[in-house]
Amino acid sequence: MVQTNHTDQHTLIALVEDKPGVLTRVASMFRRRGFNIVSLAVGNSEQPGLSRMTFVVSGDDYTVSQVAKQLDKLIDVIEVADITGESIVTRELALMKVKTTPMTRGEIIQIVNLFRANIIDVGAESMVIEITGEEDKINALHSLLAPFGIMEMLRTGLVAMVRGQTNGLANGHTGHLNRNGLS
Amino acid sequence: MGIKKTELTGAEIVCESLLKEGADVVFGLPGGAVLPLYGALSSYPDIRHILVRHEQAAAMAADGYARATGKVGVCVATSGPGATNLVTGIAAAQMDSVAMVAITGQVPRPAIGSDAFQETDVTGVTLPITKHNMLVMDVKDVAQAIHDAFHIARTGRPGPVLVDIPRDVLLGEKTEFVWPTATKLPGYRIPGEAPETHVAAAAELINQAERPLIMSGHGVLISHAYGLMTELAEKAQIPVITTLLGISAIPSDHDLNLGMSGMHGMAYNNLAIDEADLIIGLGMRFDDRVTGRISAFAPNAKFIHVDIDASEVDKNVKSTVGLVGDLKAVLGQLLPKVEGNVHIDWLRRIEQLKVQHPSHLVRESEELLPQYVLQRLTEVTQGRGIVVTGVGMHQMWAAQHCRFTEPNTFITSGGLGTMGFEVPAALGAQVGRPDSVVWSVAGDGGFQMTMCDIATAVECHADVKFAILNNNSLGLVHQLQELFFEKDYVASEYSANPDFVKIAEAYGIRGIRVTRKDQVVDAVQQAMETAGPVIVDFMVKEDEGLFPFIPSGQSVKEMLEEPAPNEIS
Repeated sequence: MVQTNHTDQHTLIALVEDKPGVLTRVASMFRRRGFNIVSLAVGNSEQPGLSRMTFVVSGDDYTVSQVAKQLDKLIDVIEVADITGESIVTRELALMKVKTTPMTRGEIIQIVNLFRANIIDVGAESMVIEITGEEDKINALHSLLAPFGIMEMLRTGLVAMVRGQTNGLANGHTGHLNRNGLS
Repeated sequence: MGIKKTELTGAEIVCESLLKEGADVVFGLPGGAVLPLYGALSSYPDIRHILVRHEQAAAMAADGYARATGKVGVCVATSGPGATNLVTGIAAAQMDSVAMVAITGQVPRPAIGSDAFQETDVTGVTLPITKHNMLVMDVKDVAQAIHDAFHIARTGRPGPVLVDIPRDVLLGEKTEFVWPTATKLPGYRIPGEAPETHVAAAAELINQAERPLIMSGHGVLISHAYGLMTELAEKAQIPVITTLLGISAIPSDHDLNLGMSGMHGMAYNNLAIDEADLIIGLGMRFDDRVTGRISAFAPNAKFIHVDIDASEVDKNVKSTVGLVGDLKAVLGQLLPKVEGNVHIDWLRRIEQLKVQHPSHLVRESEELLPQYVLQRLTEVTQGRGIVVTGVGMHQMWAAQHCRFTEPNTFITSGGLGTMGFEVPAALGAQVGRPDSVVWSVAGDGGFQMTMCDIATAVECHADVKFAILNNNSLGLVHQLQELFFEKDYVASEYSANPDFVKIAEAYGIRGIRVTRKDQVVDAVQQAMETAGPVIVDFMVKEDEGLFPFIPSGQSVKEMLEEPAPNEIS
């Protein structure tokens, strides 16, 4: 049922109550219904007591619409939107610890600068690089640094926001979950 | 600050809240962590507590009570094993959309997470099988929690809500009891009407259909939409097929009522679905027992799907028009737009299918057939009273052969398919509707799973008649082994069943054994004339098969009919 190729990735955002167990409820729903989460990022929102979640979900339109409906059904989830087709900005942060030698250090610094990434720690035989950007940019940096040897990598998962005069959800946003459907 | 007279303990607040919610019956069994609540209950005589013998009976009785009354069923258990014993009953309520509130005691707050005696993470355990659950960590939140739990349980698509309360919240700091004026549920919305454009599109499909069928589910009962559903059927002369849980939504003898379809449904219904050009699904979810192989289900039909749960629409069947809303409201919108119709050819075709595939008839036999028992039983009761079943052959035969005249009179464990449900659920239904005679129809397998709660029925003078269709086996398993596992009857035959008449006597009630056809009516009448619980042990033909049968994952093309049509006519 679930397809996992890249073109079938959808970005969903949700506004949820900041309560104990909310993440468990969300994760449990994904697991028991067999949905695939590519990434999940959670943090405070502009409203006290509410958090925003950004999901990247792989699957066809049917699966993703089920994901959105099942998320919306959770009592602690206030609003869900599939913003895949919207005008959105997305960002992800990654930390990469790269092996260095006196011979390679210069070249790595050049690459890091080209990507406008930051070196946030330098050791005798390694460097920690911080990069923020869209997924593709991080993937590109990763593939350029991989030949030097990546000792550790950590990615936060995507966060996403709809552009313009909207908070991305119910207030004036057009893409929020359609609870009725004609086809 | 001194304690004001009006301040109450958490346990007292639970009781006050139950009264505010109109919960006058709770089913439960005490234990250490929940004991403070019992301490308070004795001061609240308006709340009737029914002491069960096993907590699963508390949950299932609350379920039966809820389905029979339309109110919220309430069960109570202690922490740890008390709460985990509720689990099967809660899962059954979740699958069948039954309004239930389960209140469990938890170990004191400082002990939570320490693997204390009788500690279980009950909100964790029940997370996937409840509509919602909550752990109340402050006495000031108790009233709001109970208030919101009832609201969630009974509104929208109903379901079970579990409220876990630590012992020291029940019996510790006191606080003023303030009944909330509103819910604190910003993420919870209850659909009402559907968008008019979608309703118009649905009406258009109905008006154009030549071979329409209504499939009427549990939602029709929950939403009290049976009147409007029948009105729709009559106005446009659309035959009604019911799901297992929707059976009592329309009287059995209504001209347009075709009964149940699906795996063990009437053959003519499955054949009619195959020919239909429009399926109108009302408050049902196109579950696999209804559809069989989904790609082969109703291949010629468009679908209108009305459900209050948006996630059900387009989940199993892609609808042509999906209407998310309260069924009663949506039918109210839809009815004026639907034109009168007669569908003469279609109704004639269905009559023809009925004659060719009369799976509602019982063949002549000298032996005591379970179908015969149920047909006589339903004749004696005249389709009045309530029939409660568990899962298995007895359940399907009851669905096929029992007759109903009133809504909410057939109560059965559908989605979860829970053996043993019939004993406590019948008890709960009888407590909720004390003027009704309730027949618990069981197999010998399911009956033995929960028969300890016969004692509860005796204790609370519940007028439940326990019919056992006794084939000394797990009949449906036995049949599956016969058909698909080369007659390897492993673990499906009982060689040492107890004497159920003596079981009755041990509980101080009447037991009747029936071994012949000519004893059936008399036994049923005697059971009805005897006040209080009675056990009737019908020793039915042991290897009687359950038909029609569309094997799991198959379609109407692979339907096994027996007796074959030509043997009848």
